[in-house]
Amino acid sequence: MSQRVTVNLGIPEAPREVTVVIPDDEPIPWQLGDHFAIVGAETPRVDGPAKATGAARYTYDIALPGMLYGAIVRSPYPRAHVKNVDLTRAMRIPGVRAALTITDGEIRFAGQEVAAVAAISSDIAADALARIKVDYEPLPFVVEMDAASADGAPSVFSGSNVGKPQISNHGDVERALAAAQYRIEATYTTPVQTHVSLETHGAVAHFDGGALTVWCSTQGVFTVRDDLAVLFNLPPDKVRVITDYLGGGFGSKFGASPEIVIAARLAKESGAPVKLMLPRGDEHLATGNRPNAEQKVRFGADASGKLVAIDLVQRGSGGIGAGSGSAGPFKMVYPCPNVRTEERNVYTNAGPSSPMRAPGWPQGAFALEMAMDEMARKLKLDRLEFRRRNNSNPVRAIELELGARAFGWPEKSAAPKSSGPIRRGIGVACAAWHAVGASGPEALAIAYRDGRVEIRCGTQDIGTGTRTALAIVAAEELGLPIAQISAEIGDTRYPFSLPSGGSMSSPSNTPAIRQAAAHLKAKLFKIAAPALGAEPSDLEARDGAIRVRFDPARRVAFKDVCRRIPGDSISAGGERIPNYAAYRPDQAGCQFAEVEVDTETGVARVLRVVAVHDAGTMIDPLTSRSQINGGVLMGIGYALFETRRMDPQIGLMVNPTMDDYKLVGPLDVPQIDVMFLNVFNGGTNTGVLGIGEVAHVASAAAVACAVSDAIGAPIRALPMTPDRILAALEHA
Amino acid sequence: MRLNLTINGERREDDIDPRTLLVHYLREVAGLTGTHVGCETSLCGACTVHLNGAAVKSCTILAVQAEGAEITTIEGLARGGEMHPLQEGFWEEHGLQCGYCTPGMIMTAADLLAHNPDPSEAEIREALEGNLCRCTGYQHIVNAVRSAARKMRERKAA
Repeated sequence: MSQRVTVNLGIPEAPREVTVVIPDDEPIPWQLGDHFAIVGAETPRVDGPAKATGAARYTYDIALPGMLYGAIVRSPYPRAHVKNVDLTRAMRIPGVRAALTITDGEIRFAGQEVAAVAAISSDIAADALARIKVDYEPLPFVVEMDAASADGAPSVFSGSNVGKPQISNHGDVERALAAAQYRIEATYTTPVQTHVSLETHGAVAHFDGGALTVWCSTQGVFTVRDDLAVLFNLPPDKVRVITDYLGGGFGSKFGASPEIVIAARLAKESGAPVKLMLPRGDEHLATGNRPNAEQKVRFGADASGKLVAIDLVQRGSGGIGAGSGSAGPFKMVYPCPNVRTEERNVYTNAGPSSPMRAPGWPQGAFALEMAMDEMARKLKLDRLEFRRRNNSNPVRAIELELGARAFGWPEKSAAPKSSGPIRRGIGVACAAWHAVGASGPEALAIAYRDGRVEIRCGTQDIGTGTRTALAIVAAEELGLPIAQISAEIGDTRYPFSLPSGGSMSSPSNTPAIRQAAAHLKAKLFKIAAPALGAEPSDLEARDGAIRVRFDPARRVAFKDVCRRIPGDSISAGGERIPNYAAYRPDQAGCQFAEVEVDTETGVARVLRVVAVHDAGTMIDPLTSRSQINGGVLMGIGYALFETRRMDPQIGLMVNPTMDDYKLVGPLDVPQIDVMFLNVFNGGTNTGVLGIGEVAHVASAAAVACAVSDAIGAPIRALPMTPDRILAALEHA
Repeated sequence: MRLNLTINGERREDDIDPRTLLVHYLREVAGLTGTHVGCETSLCGACTVHLNGAAVKSCTILAVQAEGAEITTIEGLARGGEMHPLQEGFWEEHGLQCGYCTPGMIMTAADLLAHNPDPSEAEIREALEGNLCRCTGYQHIVNAVRSAARKMRERKAA
């Protein structure tokens, strides 16, 4: 049975009625004009006290009786043949309980897993590593894209290191470029960035009676479960994966990665639980990275300041991994009748890439927005005005105006440039993303006789606030204070959910939670109705009570209804149904940055960032603002500091520490002003959109445009370190 | 070898391997896992605890160097079941996301507030320069410390 409902979606300035056909038991999507008790209010995190008191237990904190400590031997060579691994001397050390050979064939990057041990302490495990004798035959290698693309380069796999191009073609770019009144052409490069989650990768694995339990620092408990079930030939219900708290992932923690599998293998081999958390240096080498990119961009524009052609020829290297493409922003941010993009992976002897916060987008946005600035200058158009003319998204149009006003764009762009050594510059960049979520997740809502409500969903909170968002949605639907809700997540014993990535968690899970809560509410209404002398359909749940909608004085406290639950509890399931018609299929954002460049030292400092975004239906501005702040922070690092430096002579990363791989510290952060547009997006019963990635897309681009503006010349490479800035100044 | 010290007001005596780092002793022997390990090289500050009242990074101190010392960890900051104003501040002002850096941030900030009850935003950032966060953008952390400082001054005045 289905229902046809018409909902009023979007923003007050540009509302739209959308008619959707949804199942009878699907709550009507939240829409413009709805009144909320807690949705949209600033709600501190439900897990705040646990995190602030040290009570929150991360994988790193798990300790089991008789637990061993695992450690991994990694290849010191970027490419080699492992001729022999001798574990006997390691096994002779008292306290060593297991040793394994992991790779006895070809090594393809420095840092690849070769062998592993488990011992009764981490110090003894480290001693054992030193006694493992590996006989390597070093082989020719290549760690840079140019060298890897050259004729006769050593093959990373077999044959050419240059992958087949991924081409997307819309219109006729060459013809449009030839006819365009204005043209620009430039090449932009970006570095390899590593995730640097504060909690390293790792797991605690325990075999017990034919079942495997794994605590691990993962963004996807169910994907790890399924991977391990296949690898250890177990039925999925014999594998349990738990991630209660996770110290950051940013895309690097999906699936049963090598250290998780090695922990489980060591546990099986030793017959004891094994904890294996990676040392910091390994994180930079082996657990993923954002690939580098070289992007050759050509734009054509007409005299009215409209883009008529966009052409991107890109190559990037994710080491032995793929996924280096960066075309997303070129296709999705500024509409253009002729767009051609060509992307190629180049394989090198370096650690594999993995998804990293908006994979491909920050590098694409950097090239796109720098090219926008170069074209605007050619057109002699204000850079913001050029973006306005090439924007068709009504949400972004408003965001650009709000941001420009808050930032003071007109005043700042009219201000005369300083002729002294300290120069200021401004930049603006646009973001887009498509975090509408997906079907698949399920949820369970349980009311207990004492009035507590528990919601269960096998998603995980990677730091973004998922636990809090789910609790808010349940509290809203049930008319309860958030303290009465407990959100249980991060365990494959709970109903299925998807990995937390692609900004999918909130849009995928909140509708399942809301549906489960609505189903639970319907059951409670049936219990409450006779006492209120009303039909269940006449009831509503508000302010901790169940009451008659047209006569709110007729009410019974939620807790009193729960007392009538037969047995101990009553529960109801919820399902995330596929997306239906929405206000928009995407989301917009824009960020403004002001920087100060010391032309004598080449040091750039970000003074101010204004970030304007939409998160669909706003659930909690407090946690959302923090997400945007974090995206901006990571973008500043990407723009000014972060780079994985490889020595091409020896094929090794030379800065695999938190000291040499420079992160943004508290002193490097500017004033960040975050503004949100509350867009009732529909598409699901909550209309929530994820913001983890869109927060980060434009940040580096805006800073890069501002630095280039400050010195009066484009710097076409990230990070904009002092040496690059000084070099650009010489040519300015 | 024998180690005698006081942790969060409780005297302890343990037999440890002399090379044991303070952070590993606190986490693995004393079971206080609120002190986190982030970088093992004194850079990230997730392992910050107080040693005789001063903030130190416990990943680069041997446990035996704490012989006879008074150690306070994040678990010892709350008193009588009530959170320390800094803990409240980090919660209320949303000075945390994944929370992994949080205990270290709070312990460093507590040291700051012990010496400077009314720090400026710049002084807070300067004090926290040895603590890294990859999630929050630091702004809410600074707000949390300011809020706690205010609360502590008001309580002292009352």
